[in-house]
Amino acid sequence: MLEVTGLTKAYGSHLVIDDISFQAADGELVTIVGPSGCGKSTLLRCLAGLLPPTSGQVVLDGTPVTRVPPGLAIVFQDYSRSLYPWLSVRDNVALPLRRTIRGRVARREAALAALGTVGLTAFADRHPWQLSGGMQQRVAIARALACDPGLLLMDEPFGSLDAQTREDLEDLVLRVRADRNITIVLVTHDIDESVYTGDRVIVLAAGPGRVRAVIGVDLPAPRDQIGTKELREFAHLRAEVSRLVRGAAPAPRAASGTPARETRTNHG
Amino acid sequence: MSRLPSAAWRLVAQLLVLAAALAAWELATRSAASPYFLPPSVIAKSVYHLWFAGPARHLWLTSDATGNLLPSLGRMLGGWAAASLAGIALGIAIGRVRLLAELAEPIVHFGRAVPAPTLVPVFLLMFKIGTPMEVAAIIFGVIWPVLLNTIDGARHVHPLHVETARAFRLPAWQRLTRVIAPSAAPKIFAGLRLALSLALVMMIISEFVGSTDGIGREEIIAQSNFDIPTMWAVIVLLGLLGIVLNALFGLAEHAVLARQKGPSSHA
Repeated sequence: MLEVTGLTKAYGSHLVIDDISFQAADGELVTIVGPSGCGKSTLLRCLAGLLPPTSGQVVLDGTPVTRVPPGLAIVFQDYSRSLYPWLSVRDNVALPLRRTIRGRVARREAALAALGTVGLTAFADRHPWQLSGGMQQRVAIARALACDPGLLLMDEPFGSLDAQTREDLEDLVLRVRADRNITIVLVTHDIDESVYTGDRVIVLAAGPGRVRAVIGVDLPAPRDQIGTKELREFAHLRAEVSRLVRGAAPAPRAASGTPARETRTNHG
Repeated sequence: MSRLPSAAWRLVAQLLVLAAALAAWELATRSAASPYFLPPSVIAKSVYHLWFAGPARHLWLTSDATGNLLPSLGRMLGGWAAASLAGIALGIAIGRVRLLAELAEPIVHFGRAVPAPTLVPVFLLMFKIGTPMEVAAIIFGVIWPVLLNTIDGARHVHPLHVETARAFRLPAWQRLTRVIAPSAAPKIFAGLRLALSLALVMMIISEFVGSTDGIGREEIIAQSNFDIPTMWAVIVLLGLLGIVLNALFGLAEHAVLARQKGPSSHA
C-alpha cells in the first residue's frame, strides 16, 4: 500500500508539485499522466525517496519513505544511461543483487531468471549498447524485477521507443503485474498508454503539478492492444483523459471554459 | 590511393621508411665525419656493449645495465605508480565532493602550473642525493595529469548513472568501485598515459641533478667526459624505452577498457 499525502516540492520559491495526494493499493497499476512541465519526474523521484519533498509525505506499507526503501525498484526513461555500458547485460541485472543475494553464482542465476521473464536469456553476455532500444528497456525491466520489488516505479519507460515496441512492452508490464501482483506506478505523457495499462489514471495539471482528476478504468481484463482499444469505453476514457490533460494547459480561458466532465476530481 | 591496402603492407612500408631514414643518417654522419655526430651503426654498437652484452644468466644485461638502467626504471615506475594511486584517489574525492573541489582547486592549478624540474633542487635539499629525492621529484612531476583527468572523469559521470545506483541502493563503496571508477576510467587512463611519458622525463632530470647511479647520471658523466658514444647511446635507449613503455601501456589499457566501450567509442 502506497499512500501519498500532501506531497509538495519547491526549489526556492519555484513550486514544482503542489499538494499531491493519492493511494495505490497492493497489486494496483496506477498511471500518472499530464502535460510536459507538470512535475511527473519530480513526483516519481519523491515517491522513490531519491528526492526529499518540501512538505507532505510518502508512506509505503506503513513506513514513511525518507530514502529509497527496500522492495522498491525503478525503471527510468533513458535506458542507455540507466544501464551501465561497461557491464554485460547479465551483470547489469545482477549488480543490485549484491545486497540481497550472497554468492556470485546465485546472483547470476537470479539475473538469468529475470532475463528469462523479459525474453532476453540469449543476450545475457552482450553489452547493453549492442541491443536495440526496446531490448535495452527490457533489460532495465529485468533488473527491476530481479530485485523482487513490491512497488515498481516507471518513469516514462517507453517514451523513446517506437509504437510497436511500446505496445509490446506495455503488455509485458501488464503480464508481469498479473503474474507477480506488484504495485506499479507508471508515469507517462501518452494518454492511450495511461488508459490502456492503468487500473486508475491520475491526471496532473501543470505549473505547478497538481492532481486534476483521478479516473477509474473499468476496462475488461486481460487487456489486448487491438480488442481493448476498439472498445467504446476505451474511446470514451481516452477522450476524457485527453480533455483533462489539455484543460491543464496554462491558458486560463481554456481552463475555465473546458467542458470536461471531471469525474472524481480531487481539487474542484 | 592515399591509404595502404593492408596492415602487412603498412608494416613493410613503415620499415622501409625507417630504413631509409637510418641510411640517410648514416650517410650524412659518415660524410661529415664529426666527432660529435655519430653514425647510427656506431651508436647501436655502443648501446649493445654498454647494456646488452652481458652473460645469459643475467638476461644478457651488463653490470652497467643492472647498476644504472634497472635503478632508473625502478624509480620511474615506482614514482609513476605512487603518483597514479594518489592522483586517482584524490581526483575521485575532488571530482565527487563539491566542497573539496572548491577548497582544492586553487592549489591544484598552482601545483600543475609550477614546472616540476624547477623543484628538483628543492627536493634535493629535502631528501639529499638518492632514490627518495628522485622518486619525490617524479611523483610531483607526474601526478598532475592523473589528478586533473581523474577529477574531470569523476565529475562528469552521467547523473543518471549515479541516480540509478542510488535507486538500486548500491552501498557507497560499490557506487565508487562499480559505477564512478569505471565511468571515469577512459579519462583516468588518458592521464596515466601522459604521466608515464612525463615520468621518463622527470627520472632523467632528477638524475641529472643529484644521483649516485642511473642512466641520467651516466648521461651527464658521459657529457662532461666528452664520451660521445655513451651520450648518444643513452639518448637512443631513452627513445626505445619510451616506445616500449607506451606499447605496454596501450596493451594494458586495451585489456581494461575494451569491455566497456560504449556506443560513442564503438567503431
